[in-house]
Amino acid sequence: MEFGLSQEQTLLQDSVNRFLNEQVPLDEVRKVATADKNDKAVWQGLAELGIPALIIPEDKGGVGLGAVEAAIISELLGYHVTPSPFISSAIMAPIALAGKRDDLIANIAAGTCRIGIAFGEAIAAKDKAGVSASGNKLSGLSLFALDIDADYYLVATNDQQLYLVAADAVERKNMATIDLTRTTCELVFDNTAAELISNDTEDFNRALDIGRIMLAADTLGAGQNMIDQAVSYAKEREQFDRPIASFQAVKHMCAEMTAGLEPCRSMVWYAAHAYDHLPEETRLTTCHTKAHISEVGKFVAKTSTEVHGGMGFTDLVGLHYWFKRIGFNRQLLGSPELLRQQAAKLQGLAA
Amino acid sequence: MDLSFGAEYETFRTEVKDFIANNRESAPTSRSNAAAAKQWQKTLIENGYTARTIPDAYGGYGAKPDIIQSRIIAEEFADSGIQGGMGGQGISMLVPTLLEVGNEEQKLKFVKPTIEGDMVWCQGYSEPGAGSDLASLRTNAVMDGDEWVINGQKIWTSTAHLADWIFCLVRTEPDAKKHHGISFLLFSMDTPGIEIRPLVDMTGVANFNEVFFTDVRVPAHQIVGNRGQGWQVANSILGHERDMLGNPDAALSRLNSLIELMQKETIAGEKAIDHPVFRDRLMQLQGRIMAMRFNDMRILSSRLNEGQDASLARLIVKLQGTELRHDLEGLAIDVLGELGLAYGDNEYTRNNGTWQSQYMYQLGLIIGGGTSQIQKNIISERGLEMPREPRPAQ
Repeated sequence: MEFGLSQEQTLLQDSVNRFLNEQVPLDEVRKVATADKNDKAVWQGLAELGIPALIIPEDKGGVGLGAVEAAIISELLGYHVTPSPFISSAIMAPIALAGKRDDLIANIAAGTCRIGIAFGEAIAAKDKAGVSASGNKLSGLSLFALDIDADYYLVATNDQQLYLVAADAVERKNMATIDLTRTTCELVFDNTAAELISNDTEDFNRALDIGRIMLAADTLGAGQNMIDQAVSYAKEREQFDRPIASFQAVKHMCAEMTAGLEPCRSMVWYAAHAYDHLPEETRLTTCHTKAHISEVGKFVAKTSTEVHGGMGFTDLVGLHYWFKRIGFNRQLLGSPELLRQQAAKLQGLAA
Repeated sequence: MDLSFGAEYETFRTEVKDFIANNRESAPTSRSNAAAAKQWQKTLIENGYTARTIPDAYGGYGAKPDIIQSRIIAEEFADSGIQGGMGGQGISMLVPTLLEVGNEEQKLKFVKPTIEGDMVWCQGYSEPGAGSDLASLRTNAVMDGDEWVINGQKIWTSTAHLADWIFCLVRTEPDAKKHHGISFLLFSMDTPGIEIRPLVDMTGVANFNEVFFTDVRVPAHQIVGNRGQGWQVANSILGHERDMLGNPDAALSRLNSLIELMQKETIAGEKAIDHPVFRDRLMQLQGRIMAMRFNDMRILSSRLNEGQDASLARLIVKLQGTELRHDLEGLAIDVLGELGLAYGDNEYTRNNGTWQSQYMYQLGLIIGGGTSQIQKNIISERGLEMPREPRPAQ
């Protein structure tokens, strides 16, 4: 029995961590966030490390690793608030397109094809959004679809059928959100030509499950960084002639954050492992993992900002990039309340 | 990641299951008497299902330590709902300590009767003036001839009124620094000069006692470890106690009872489980328990695989586990509403009043064994290397 990262997994973690530390520090993130740059150079750098190919099978041009490795990378991207289409292009799309569009999968692996994700309407459509299919045509509106720079969108209709739509066939508008490290867009479908990828809702759900695990891992990483920053700031910052880290009020905030987040690491590992190996446990574990980590993440985001005092509130320190990233992850692909409702349904505890 | 225990362990699991199936009838229930409980304990020891790794020379089963086997036994007994090995402070805390630091004579004399349930122990640690700051304890022992003479007072002493013996921290070196002046003594509760006063707690039961010592004379050799080493001796089991107090498996079994309750109880004619707010609170707890169970798996794995570090994961268990249990018991009371208030002799009481008594008892555990605030100090100081609070100028 071994419930922990293997040596190979730790090596992967170290090499990607080194790249992000050196090549995509907060200053680089700011450039993408303030639209001086887009995330293409970052994605190219990650492609050289094989990240877009991570979970794609070797015979399809990929690295052939699994959900645990994907979660390790997602955690790191959250830790460094890295702008990238990792969750959509590298993880959700290859799962959904496997055996359907292997030609595209080879291009995804090479980092030359980006696939956006438009799943919101199949989970809980908001405002006037909603997507329906008739023949091989889509109509309706999708909101907060991931990735403004995608070449294709994987679109889930209200009844959870999966379609692939070319970006140039659809009307696309940028949607600003609090999280400037990600891009989202509005997609307007007007009898738009689309390719049916699957009308089996299980295929939609498999892609959704892994997306949720990745968002949970991203929050885990972002939360860990916020704790690290808070602890380190508290050790340096002096008030009343002593480091504020020596005040119990501050120490206890840090202890509470740690006590909340530490079990989340095991939860992400387990959910990712279950995704590949324990199919009967996957969905319930996934719902609880994303819901629980979203709650802990919210607490960490608020508390670590408070530990920084006024500086935490400024753009100067940039803590808000993590705060907003955690906030974004919480709502995307299912908010905690919705996930807990689904968890209850899965156990026959709700109609 | 490999979550399976492997084929040889699955064979072992089958053996445990078979034993449980074949012996279910002789297992004691809450209505059984003490003799039946002791008989069951002997059966469990003979078959290696408790005191498993204690050498047979000291009355145990004498198996090689194997964390996974112990885990499988715990899982199967918990799953089947039959009584596992006895607990209590003597078995869970003193015996591991004696096996680690006791001398041969002490092991031979105390381990066997303790694990067989013939010798019940209480723990004399806390004092009115030494709670979170336990090392400032003042109960003292002075050497007179070849005897210790003990004077002082202990508090929060569970089962002192039932105990045959006590393991007790006393100050023997008044001139040494506070952590280095303590010794760990064992003595009979029948020794003259001991007075026990029950301490009724908020549950309405005297779970605790105050224990007073007036010129209690104890043979010099009844010390564990050397003079002045009592703090180290005691600390080796405090960590053990904290692991017990946050056990997520116990929380899971309570959660299952809570689900049953919510499926049965009605609120204005509708099942409680169909009430969206209560259901959401239930699911939140289920998520928290899931997180703690996976955290526990990680701790287990770190004990099996060299190089895996789960020290932070371990430091948070007592804090998270006890707070979680308190919240869980509290939800049941909220679900029941006024019915949740029923306590004592009331025909409407649910689950024998355990939701209320556990809600209070778990608060006791949040405070006992190192309060939640002390846990947070430990997490931040040991886990995050944050500085200690400076001492006020004298």
